[in-house]
Amino acid sequence: MSYQFGTNWATFSDKAGPVIGPLMGYEVLTAFFLEAGFLGIALFGRQRVGNGLHMFAVAMVAVGTLVSATWILAANSWMQTPAGFAMNADGQFIPTDWWAIIFNPSFPYRLVHTVLAAFLTTAFAVGAVGALHLMRDRDNRHARIMFSMAMWMAALVTPVQIFVGDLHGLNTLEHQPAKIAAMEGHYETQRGAPLILFGIPDDEAEETKFALEIPYLGSLLLTHELDGEVKGLKAFPKDERPPALLPFITFRVMVGLGVLMLLVGLWSLWARFRKTLYTSTWLHRAALLMGPSGFVAVLAGWYTTEVGRQPYTVYGLLRTSDSLSNVDAEAVGASLIAFIIVYFFVFGAGTFYILRLMWKSPTSGGGGELAGAPTRAAGITPAIQIEATGGDNAGR
Amino acid sequence: MLGVELSFIWAGLIAFAVLAYVVLDGFDLGIGILFPLFPETHDRNVMTNSVAPVWDGNETWLVLGGGGLMAVFPLAYATVLPALYIPIILMLLGLIFRGVAFEFRFRTERWRGLWDWGFALGSIVATAMQGIALGALVQGIRIENRQYAGGWWDWLTPFSMLTAVGLLFGYALLGACWLNLKTHGELQAKARRIGMVTGVGTLALIGVVSLWTPFLEPIYFERWFAWPTAVFSALVPMLLAVCAFGLWWGLTRDKHLLPFLAALGLFVLSFAGIGISFYPYIVPGALTITEAAAPDESLGFLLVGALFLIPIILAYSGYAYWVFRGKVDPSEGYH
Repeated sequence: MSYQFGTNWATFSDKAGPVIGPLMGYEVLTAFFLEAGFLGIALFGRQRVGNGLHMFAVAMVAVGTLVSATWILAANSWMQTPAGFAMNADGQFIPTDWWAIIFNPSFPYRLVHTVLAAFLTTAFAVGAVGALHLMRDRDNRHARIMFSMAMWMAALVTPVQIFVGDLHGLNTLEHQPAKIAAMEGHYETQRGAPLILFGIPDDEAEETKFALEIPYLGSLLLTHELDGEVKGLKAFPKDERPPALLPFITFRVMVGLGVLMLLVGLWSLWARFRKTLYTSTWLHRAALLMGPSGFVAVLAGWYTTEVGRQPYTVYGLLRTSDSLSNVDAEAVGASLIAFIIVYFFVFGAGTFYILRLMWKSPTSGGGGELAGAPTRAAGITPAIQIEATGGDNAGR
Repeated sequence: MLGVELSFIWAGLIAFAVLAYVVLDGFDLGIGILFPLFPETHDRNVMTNSVAPVWDGNETWLVLGGGGLMAVFPLAYATVLPALYIPIILMLLGLIFRGVAFEFRFRTERWRGLWDWGFALGSIVATAMQGIALGALVQGIRIENRQYAGGWWDWLTPFSMLTAVGLLFGYALLGACWLNLKTHGELQAKARRIGMVTGVGTLALIGVVSLWTPFLEPIYFERWFAWPTAVFSALVPMLLAVCAFGLWWGLTRDKHLLPFLAALGLFVLSFAGIGISFYPYIVPGALTITEAAAPDESLGFLLVGALFLIPIILAYSGYAYWVFRGKVDPSEGYH
């Protein structure tokens, strides 16, 4: 990513670089080095540094990821709700108040919402693996711990996440009303607006077709008043509206999965109370099915907020079409196709290896499947032969 | 006044990040470049294990170079990267294959050969593209209205091909010297032989590139042969000779650390030579350091953190190297 800004978004980089760049610079200095520097010790160094320092190294990797999220979400939130800047003669954004830039209006909401989403994604992935092994062997101690911890997380964090999501939505309504209009499929500005459950927003016809509505609920959710006014897309000039169809769909996918997460969490509480947490096959099946739900919900959420920011990169100030590099479309198309092929290949193989690891019964000692094969010092993931590391630089 | 000072401090820091990247990721990319010469699975396991705990941190300097350039020299970032569009994309794709191969080659017996090829080709492509990027930058980039104004294949020239070959030899040399440091027995002996060959190749290519560069641009010629910078033009070859001698001495006298240090010296000297040629430009002939710099508010804000954090980063990165010091020995189980 720290290269794609330059290759594909050169004008954006030139203009917004003075603001976005230092935030990313701090991300590298405070987070990426911390993660990468201690990852080697975390994976291979346990025997060399002892348990105390090893724990410290693992904690540094975890802290690094949280610090990383903070900086990159400050950068993204600034693009959504820019603050603390002035413009110079070259059309560059010049920072005037770093505190206002970092703690821009949408940052606190986006940070908490995204970090909780990451926790839930992990909880449901781990929960699904635990459920899989409980279905095979109800007495598997490791599977029990995995499943129990994951379900605690699901039960406790999902309600908080839904509450935070609502706050985030209200914040968006205040600062990016056009995005909310697109997410809700509202074209007309109205008091007592309905909540459109399903439908197909049509930007050409400026109406949401086949809409299934609940009267007044839209206003109630967004303004917390029955007859509150909700702005529709028509309140904005046509060239300042985001396309409605994609955010409309992805927002429903995210919210729908959130509701399912809540239900599974509550179900697990009930099962725990009834002492059937480790024996309820139906709960385990549901948890298994929900394994990928966090990944899908996170992607859906990001599509909602990024497409909803269109047609701008820096909301209201710099258009996406004015942010590009002076690069031929053929070169951009070729690089995109190359990345799709490579990612398909690499992620396909990676997913296969991860699923195969998940399929194996969890053990605490590592223990490769080949006789005499040494394992990672951390003893978590058995490798076929001698340990090796995976890097996490791919997304940077 | 202050802005000029800040931008020059930053030029030094970015140069330091790039140099740190080149020498650190240089030796683990070199391991990948040498992979085809070591067909035995056992050797390959030792080679990847020798860099497994540290390569990720090494590569992070590349992210600092890119992210830092955007932060403090956004105009250079926004013009150099589009100019090098194809090499940059290919470099990133190469680095992706190199990175996942570390993990994937231990996850499968059947497909290990495939990931070994991914490791080798990924390393080779990434290195070649970095070499091309260097050559293309030295040749200069056309900029109009704050945008790159050249063509899509401008980077493809005989000179950039030569720098690509030079960097392949250079990284392979670093990799061979690293293996001399971290292994023993047959593998070490073979690494030393390769070190001699790649050392000669690296020196020859440094020589050809150095003789060619002054004739690319009048400013380089002036820089190399006019007072006072000509002092460096005279000094650098002498220091190169010292490093070359250290390399030869170390590889033939069973020294483990000396050849690696000598190879690092070759890189530092070459890098200094490039820096002297560029100054005060950041994009030769097109953008000076001052012109490309972000406003003081950006430079100062990040500089406060950088001056505080970079020493800390160097300390814990150094600690990671210290933890994994010594020879790699798979027969011990390498815990």
